[in-house]
Amino acid sequence: MNIYIQALVQCVFAYLGTVAFALIINVPRRALNLGGWAGATGWMVYWVLFKVGCSIVLANLLGAFAIGIAAIVFARWRKIPVIVFTIPGLVPLVPGGTAYEAVRMFVEGQTDAGIGYLVRVIMVAGAIAVGFMLAQLFGDLTKRRIRLR
Amino acid sequence: MATVDKAELLDTCLLAGRIMIEGGSEMYRVDDTMARIIDNAGVRGVSLFTTPTGIVAGLNNQQYVQVRQIQRREIDLEKVSRVNQLSREFAAGQLTLAELHHHLRALALHVPFFPMWLQIIGAGVLSATMMVVFTQRYDWFDIPIAAVAGIVGFLVSTYISRVTNVRFVAELAGSLALALVTLVACKVGWGLNPDNILIGAVMPMVPGVAITNSIRDMMAGHLLTGLARGMEAVLTACAIGFGIAVVLPYF
Repeated sequence: MNIYIQALVQCVFAYLGTVAFALIINVPRRALNLGGWAGATGWMVYWVLFKVGCSIVLANLLGAFAIGIAAIVFARWRKIPVIVFTIPGLVPLVPGGTAYEAVRMFVEGQTDAGIGYLVRVIMVAGAIAVGFMLAQLFGDLTKRRIRLR
Repeated sequence: MATVDKAELLDTCLLAGRIMIEGGSEMYRVDDTMARIIDNAGVRGVSLFTTPTGIVAGLNNQQYVQVRQIQRREIDLEKVSRVNQLSREFAAGQLTLAELHHHLRALALHVPFFPMWLQIIGAGVLSATMMVVFTQRYDWFDIPIAAVAGIVGFLVSTYISRVTNVRFVAELAGSLALALVTLVACKVGWGLNPDNILIGAVMPMVPGVAITNSIRDMMAGHLLTGLARGMEAVLTACAIGFGIAVVLPYF
């Protein structure tokens, strides 16, 4: 498939998936659309970096960072807590596929391979958390600067 | 501010905290909101202790201390957002303490959820889109069955979590149901790749967000919260994994 069509499909699906998850966890109606864009932004950052050849951990970290920045901007704009955008936005990045592989390996008795996948899940989750913390740091820095002026 | 009913103030503050934790808020936001409510009521010197299973608030050097237990924990961001909004209005002086208390009690009892049919569509769309996003394979043929399996899993787990208080059974039954649907569909020939379908279909229940949030809580210094929420997420993941593992050898 053409790379541009692939990118379009990825972006649309990440947006739709994020909005769909937002429906399940009862996100406020006025935040649905923006939450979807936060998710699509984060996923596209991850996907492009992954295609370029970045490591999974770095790509996840920067993807989560992008979601965090988008969420902070949206939250200040609409005066809604940041978490309303970050939780649904995170859905495409969550290492669900890897976790599933780990379970399958354990069931099939390939414990070593399963542990390998499990370690990858933990590393990706940690990378996402660090990405969010960097975004939060960025948010705190800009907030203080505005207050000082 | 002349006199504030301190018992009611603590009750209001703890109610706000309880609703936020039940809605899945970050702990620093809970602390912050509770402290702000006390502060905006004109009372100085409060000590807060917040965990995902219970919260304590007390006024320093006075005989006012109250405790609340928290038994339900889910993700309901509308609640978090509304408590935040009410707290802002209280800070701006648009609400009195009694009004804030009244609004919070109403909020604790009833929050408008999206209608069930919309949530079902949500579960289906989520399963179908995440199947493609996670596996990075453009497996168009399997999309409908992934959506159906995701909806079945979501419905079963929602229904069971309403009838029983036993934790983690809902996720177990949900993943078992969706794995059976996938198994049947693949045997009949409506589905090609069971791995892809299962990865998509479990998404409405997967606690990936909870795992990431618990790591964030721990990094932010809320060690107890991080451990408690992380443990809950791991047990949920194990329940889902077990449900699928039971069916997986028959593919």
